[in-house]
Amino acid sequence: MSSGTPAVVVDRLTKRFDEFTAVDGITLTIGRGEVVGFIGPNGAGKSTTLRMLCGLLTPTAGQATVAGYDVAREPEKVRQNIGYMSQKFSLYGDLTVRENLRFFAGIYRVRREDLGSRMDFAIRMAGLEGREDVQVTTLAGGWKQRLALGCAILHRPPILFLDEPTSGVEPEARRRFWDLIHDLAADGVTILVSTHYMDEAEYCNRIALINQGRLIALGTPRELKGSRLGGQLVEIACAPLGKALARMSAAPGVLDAAIFGDKLHVVMAEGGLDLAGLRQALADGGIQVGEARAVRPSLEDVFVRIVTRKQDAPGAAA
Amino acid sequence: MNARRVRAIAFKEALQVWRDPRSLAVALLMPFMQLILLGYGVSLDIKHVPLCVYDQEMSQQSRTVVDGFLSSGWFSLARALPNEAAIRTAMNRDQCSAVLVIPADFSRRLAMTGRATVQGIFDATDVNTTNIAMGYAEGATARLASEFESKYAAAHGVEPSAVGSVDLEPSTWFNETLDSRNFIIPGVVAVILALVGAQLTSLTISREWERGTMEQLISTPVTTLELMAGKLIPYFAIGLIDAAFCLGAAIFWFKVPFRGDLFTLFVTTALFILVVLGFGYLISVRVRSQLGASQIALLVTLLPTTLLSGYTFPIDQMPAPIRAISLVVYARYYVSILRGLFLKGSGLAGLAVPFAGLCVSALVILWLAARAFHKRLD
Ligand SMILES: Nc1ncnc2c1ncn2[C@@H]1O[C@H](COP(=O)(O)OP(=O)(O)O)[C@@H](O)[C@H]1O
Ligand SMILES: [Mg+2]
Repeated sequence: MSSGTPAVVVDRLTKRFDEFTAVDGITLTIGRGEVVGFIGPNGAGKSTTLRMLCGLLTPTAGQATVAGYDVAREPEKVRQNIGYMSQKFSLYGDLTVRENLRFFAGIYRVRREDLGSRMDFAIRMAGLEGREDVQVTTLAGGWKQRLALGCAILHRPPILFLDEPTSGVEPEARRRFWDLIHDLAADGVTILVSTHYMDEAEYCNRIALINQGRLIALGTPRELKGSRLGGQLVEIACAPLGKALARMSAAPGVLDAAIFGDKLHVVMAEGGLDLAGLRQALADGGIQVGEARAVRPSLEDVFVRIVTRKQDAPGAAA
Repeated sequence: MNARRVRAIAFKEALQVWRDPRSLAVALLMPFMQLILLGYGVSLDIKHVPLCVYDQEMSQQSRTVVDGFLSSGWFSLARALPNEAAIRTAMNRDQCSAVLVIPADFSRRLAMTGRATVQGIFDATDVNTTNIAMGYAEGATARLASEFESKYAAAHGVEPSAVGSVDLEPSTWFNETLDSRNFIIPGVVAVILALVGAQLTSLTISREWERGTMEQLISTPVTTLELMAGKLIPYFAIGLIDAAFCLGAAIFWFKVPFRGDLFTLFVTTALFILVVLGFGYLISVRVRSQLGASQIALLVTLLPTTLLSGYTFPIDQMPAPIRAISLVVYARYYVSILRGLFLKGSGLAGLAVPFAGLCVSALVILWLAARAFHKRLD
């Protein structure tokens, strides 16, 4: 990979399974050393996209290059430049920590003089010192995931594809995992990591929101939160929520309304109702209203807002 | 093909087999159990097969035939049958497993032409017993044939060799003593190796799919050939151990005389193991669940191998279409080779035809296996 070319270039990449379009014309460029978060709900098409980028699935249309190599035409060249963690845990459970590492080191032909130090590094990184000879199946989720990452980077790949590496892992272990990702990025590794945890978006340089196979937004977390909502976000404690949602969705000047936990999030257009008007509108509908206040939007708000807007106006540009 | 990668895969695979009770059982226990089952199934005898006789002629000659069958010790007389209909009744009621029918013109034909036939009817419910009984009957008729032959020669004042075959039955082509064990045990070895070998490798690829490790593996630069080689090597070693065990048991336990040379035995056995492992691997690539793969491996090796390899049913007596089908039942080549080695002491040259068959099978199966696997999920 020459220094000028981007690490990953995705151009109108599409994957259809029979009639069903799992990935629908995604276009994206990732620079070297960038950490890009691939965020979307289950079934959005994240895994399918990552698999195409690893050369494991053949694109139906469009193309992609990874480390300068076309994923459909030169998958083996691509594979020499990537590390991949599939969504399902995929180390050998009946092998020990060290045996797994040695296996992947052999597969990746890690030079013998580097073998010891690389394996030690991976063991330390995973926090598995002293447990090198434990069968992997007995490890808890966080350790397994860090070991899987260790196996995927034994050969020092310039590009990493991580598919939901933190799913099903307890919060503390998730944070540790993201620290590892940033350490790698600091060394110049390009990382595309998928997750369905919106809160993890904050850890990424850029995020790509993906829904129903389409890229619906792309930018830094700040950009997305700042510019994408198109109005003021208000959080209202009220009950019953379902009734409130129906009333708010129909209210004038309300761009969007959605349930967030036990509260209602409402996006209000500039110059529409104010807070007092909003409370009044709810109270008129026989809804108990508690606290209502303007809040800073989270990425989840942005995501919901973009998804609804798309559904309201099909064909609107992302 | 990179040796480092092949070694990494082979080592990993060996560890997994070592730690997987199911694979270990298939590798080490299954040959033992099958040997007992098949080996003793055929030789724990099965003397005194109950025989009904329907003698249409009731002559001196025909009685000689019946006595010939009974004096062999293989058959004991269950009943003499009065007519054609009684045959079915006797069979239906399990009064006998075989019926000997001597036609009314038996003596006349024998005297006139030097040729005559007797008819043998066998209860095929128990395939194994039937085969042995058939073997016994062939042996008994072969003995009678040579007896009649010398009598005929003496009576007509000709040398026995000039008479030509007095073929009551085509003379059997295996061991003179007609010890069914000597004939069948080498076949049993071939059948066991075919079954066990295919079972072993049928799990190897499907296991990776089932456990989800395949997706990781194919995202690496490993090549399909390296994968196949690495996966076959440990099973090849296991196959050789199994073969040594089965062949050793054949020679030292079942006391089948071995007249060939060990080098030929080793080369052909190694080649055969390669073929069966390749076949199991092919199935494993095609079927993504371990259970499915092992069941298909069992199904597609058990029936063809036991029925069409010539292990019990002589191939040259099969109808032409079946004979043609048996050409792809690669076990038949190893069965012939083993029989040649054990009973005739043939060298590689004498076994050229089945050896060539085995080589072609190896090439075709390994070629198919190497091409079958794709590093893709779709
Ligand atoms: N091999 C396949 N055959 C058919 N449909 C598939 C296949 N793989 C994925 N899908 C479908 O494609 C959609 C996207 O799946 P996926 O990429 O796994 O989503 P995500 O990783 O974002 O949860 C889902 O609806 C899924 O059911
Ligand atoms: Mg997924």
